[in-house]
Amino acid sequence: METTQTKTMEGKGKEERNPTKKSDRVVVWLLHRKFTLLSILLFAFFLRILVSLHPYSGARRPPMFGDYEAQRHWMEITINIPPREWYKNTTFNHLAYWGLDYPPLTAYQSYFHGIFLRALDPNSVALSSSRGYETPLSKLLMRWTVLSSDALVFFPAALYFVIVYYAGRKDDEVAWQLAMILLLPGVILIDHGHFQYNCISLGLTIGAVAAIISENDVLASVLYCLALNHKQMSAYYAPAFFGHLLGKCIRRKNPLLETMKLGFVVFGTFIIVWWPYLSSVEAILEVLRRLAPFERGIYEDYVANFWCSTSFVIKWKRLFSMQTLRLLSFGATLASILPSTVHQISVPSRQGFLYAMLNSSFSFYLFSFQVHEKSVLLPLVAMSLLALEEPLLFHWFSCYAMLSMYPLLCRDGLVVPYGALLLLSNLLYFTPQVFGGHRRRERVSFGFRKVLMALCLLSFLVIHVIYLSVTPPKRYPFIFEAFIMVLCFSQFVVIAAYTNMKQWMLQSSCFPKEKMH
Amino acid sequence: MDEVAWFAGVATCIKILLIPSYRSTDFEVHRHWLALTHSLPLSNWYSDRTSPWTLDYPPLFAFFEYFLSLPASLIDPTIVNLTQGLNYSADSVVLFQRFSVILSDFMLVFAIYRLTKDLPSSLRGLVCIAILWSPSLFIVDHVHFQYNGFLLGILMLSLSFLREGRDFIGGLFFAVLLCFKHLFAVAAPVYFVYLLRHYCWGKYWIWRFLMLGLMLVSVLSVAFGPFIYYGQMKQVIQQLFPFDRGLCHAYWAPNFWTLYIIADKGIGFILRRLGLNVPAPTASFTGGLVGASPPFAILPKVTPLATFLLVLLSLSPCLVKAWKQPKPDHIIRWVSYAYTCGFLFGWHVHEKASMHFVIPLGFVAVSSLEDAAHYNLLSVVSCYSQFPLLFETKEYPVKVVLLLLHSFLMWSSFSLQFGKYASGKKANDAKSEQGCGERIRLIGKMGRIYLLGLLVIEVWGQFLHTYLLGDKLPFVPLMLVSVYCSFGMVYSWGFQLKMILRCT
Repeated sequence: METTQTKTMEGKGKEERNPTKKSDRVVVWLLHRKFTLLSILLFAFFLRILVSLHPYSGARRPPMFGDYEAQRHWMEITINIPPREWYKNTTFNHLAYWGLDYPPLTAYQSYFHGIFLRALDPNSVALSSSRGYETPLSKLLMRWTVLSSDALVFFPAALYFVIVYYAGRKDDEVAWQLAMILLLPGVILIDHGHFQYNCISLGLTIGAVAAIISENDVLASVLYCLALNHKQMSAYYAPAFFGHLLGKCIRRKNPLLETMKLGFVVFGTFIIVWWPYLSSVEAILEVLRRLAPFERGIYEDYVANFWCSTSFVIKWKRLFSMQTLRLLSFGATLASILPSTVHQISVPSRQGFLYAMLNSSFSFYLFSFQVHEKSVLLPLVAMSLLALEEPLLFHWFSCYAMLSMYPLLCRDGLVVPYGALLLLSNLLYFTPQVFGGHRRRERVSFGFRKVLMALCLLSFLVIHVIYLSVTPPKRYPFIFEAFIMVLCFSQFVVIAAYTNMKQWMLQSSCFPKEKMH
Repeated sequence: MDEVAWFAGVATCIKILLIPSYRSTDFEVHRHWLALTHSLPLSNWYSDRTSPWTLDYPPLFAFFEYFLSLPASLIDPTIVNLTQGLNYSADSVVLFQRFSVILSDFMLVFAIYRLTKDLPSSLRGLVCIAILWSPSLFIVDHVHFQYNGFLLGILMLSLSFLREGRDFIGGLFFAVLLCFKHLFAVAAPVYFVYLLRHYCWGKYWIWRFLMLGLMLVSVLSVAFGPFIYYGQMKQVIQQLFPFDRGLCHAYWAPNFWTLYIIADKGIGFILRRLGLNVPAPTASFTGGLVGASPPFAILPKVTPLATFLLVLLSLSPCLVKAWKQPKPDHIIRWVSYAYTCGFLFGWHVHEKASMHFVIPLGFVAVSSLEDAAHYNLLSVVSCYSQFPLLFETKEYPVKVVLLLLHSFLMWSSFSLQFGKYASGKKANDAKSEQGCGERIRLIGKMGRIYLLGLLVIEVWGQFLHTYLLGDKLPFVPLMLVSVYCSFGMVYSWGFQLKMILRCT
């Protein structure tokens, strides 16, 4: 796939596509900026350590506890039971008590972490007797499994992406961009506060994106398949990957060969990951049943997506059957991702691919089945990859994405780190000149616009305070959650509409079509 | 102002994130003082014995605690309850006390703002990194729990006024500071000499001298007046100056006496090996109630008076210099030097006291390349010597990564800044620089070897010692830290003395 033409579609400067020179340039580029980038990496790691000091979900709340206990339970199951039975209901593995509901890569990861925990605190993962095990040492060890995963997967991926995509930019802008990705409050709070391993699947996805940007489609496919096999939620990005890769393959000399090559790689990755379950169709179905629990409703609790927000006006659950709702949501999601996917198939481009990722994750978030509040992390991370291109939009979206997760974080006792991280991310968004402040920050002159912004900020803060301090009326105990949800939904719809439009406008701009031999 | 506010904002976010971390007994001490000042009348403040944590700060600090106890009683009355609030650790009291430290730190922010008003933007940023983001402040104030940021803020405020030539207000703030924490009195000789020579010289000297005297007397009377009225001064003095504690704190501060003790033990060991009959010391150097006579085998006994005289002696070159050439530019160096002498030669010094001179030196660090290099080294050593304050496992990564991050940031920005000076570019070109400017070699070979030694000591203390020696000699890791850092502190003292004698 050696190509030597220049690309000018991003307008960031020419890039010679001679591979040996490029790697040299990357090294030189890294060395120049190593101090700033190293500081950012270290600071991002430091913030995660600090957030780990705070409570996790379900702390001291028997009988079910929360996500922390679920992860610990999976470690217990995977190290004590053979892989074949991980997704089966057996004497030691009651699926009702936090049965595994992520694909096999999560299980393998739990296995390795379980070995680590067993070496240092065997009681924390002893079969059956360790349910609800909560000690300072085991909490520390669990936190360190997330910290190490983050440092080993997410950080290198983010760095790799920033290097390949924004290499032509000024130092301070690149540093700012890396900081925006690594210091996303939502990701830090959910992974290191609430307790989850989104860093692994998100890191693998970002790695795949970076691989696509550097024209390494095979690696990208492998990484993305691994991400899919870690959390099925990563499928929110699938249309973008599919559209872009298909679009590129079509333009190659041998479209069929290229497509088959990628298909083979995808197939191969899945086979390797699902190896223990390939003995029979029944085994595969067992796992699939756990991954897609369709017997649950179209939405749960309060999430800022279409079905939940419009449920005040149209009582979906009452009017339609489960089957119809599934079809409706499938149809709506398909309809909303079609424009951006078709765009990428017809005009694949690097910038367009990032927008496609954003749009497809938005569509899934807004219209899909059984969406959780935490799923907002997917469009959030996609948006953060575009932070330098759309700073205002990024800022606006990240604030409301945080607000949409606010009730969840309050339940976990994470209000204090929420406030600190929100303030910190805002401060870092507006870095002062002494650190080479972000050039795109517009000086807003006095007048209507500034007043509007001040009002928005004030109301944003007021909502937070009201949710914490005021008790809702008995008749409508969830009125505040509902209000937050509808507010966030309204913002998300506007943002999603804008980004979809922006992606289509990329075609009509002066970017030439990718020419490939 | 923008930049100082930005640095303060980022620091505040970190401080908020540190809220659930380890709290030492100092947390309960301050909570008890809230209860004490709120529930009891003035006459009982220094005589109450409900808790072992009696007031050992001067009265202005007690008034400060009273002032804090007013909102505390509204938020959660149990906080200020004398008997029921003992060892209270609910969320309300943790949040309240932590936020009281965070908010009182803004005194330091304001002082830094005043100090750096006239500096170019890049140097202002450096001072903020050095002081507002100092890892010692985070570790001691926001984890261990103290109000040093607030008190150091008053000190820096006083110094900022002195630098501007407004001696009277500077002196006033210093007098106020003394009535908040008497430990700051070590710099009183410097203030006295400087004010005498700079403020009280010339035509109106009698008038100004009387003004200063009057100011001092009024501040003291506002603070101590009520207690003189109640006839409790003896009790107050006893609680403020507990000289029956040992020469060293339970954990040896890295000062001269640590080296003295080690030398004594070392010589005794050698002489015993040579066959001489030397009594082995039985009692401990650190015992609180052992009395004022640490059991030295060979070297002469050390008394509180001896330490006092030694501090004055080491301070004398600086006082002579201040007398001869009282220039406002050098006042911060002199005051930092005074605290360094107090730290090195004082009686029962805590390792936390190193902040008293490290923080002001953060401002001096931007004056020249040598000062910057010295400060880099000093801040790492001083922060590392405070590591034993946080001994729980969950704070280990916090303190290590914090120190690494800060020293890296400081080294990187200082070397870049002074690199620009060295290559002849103006400091204000920082904005147009692409960040790949030249970096100057900041810390020399000896410094690097010394810092590497710190790493070795940490690895030994944390990992190798238990692995290789098990439970034997459990005091060795901490002792190694104290002794090794003492060398750094002695070097700093020597360097500061050299700079003071050299500057015109």
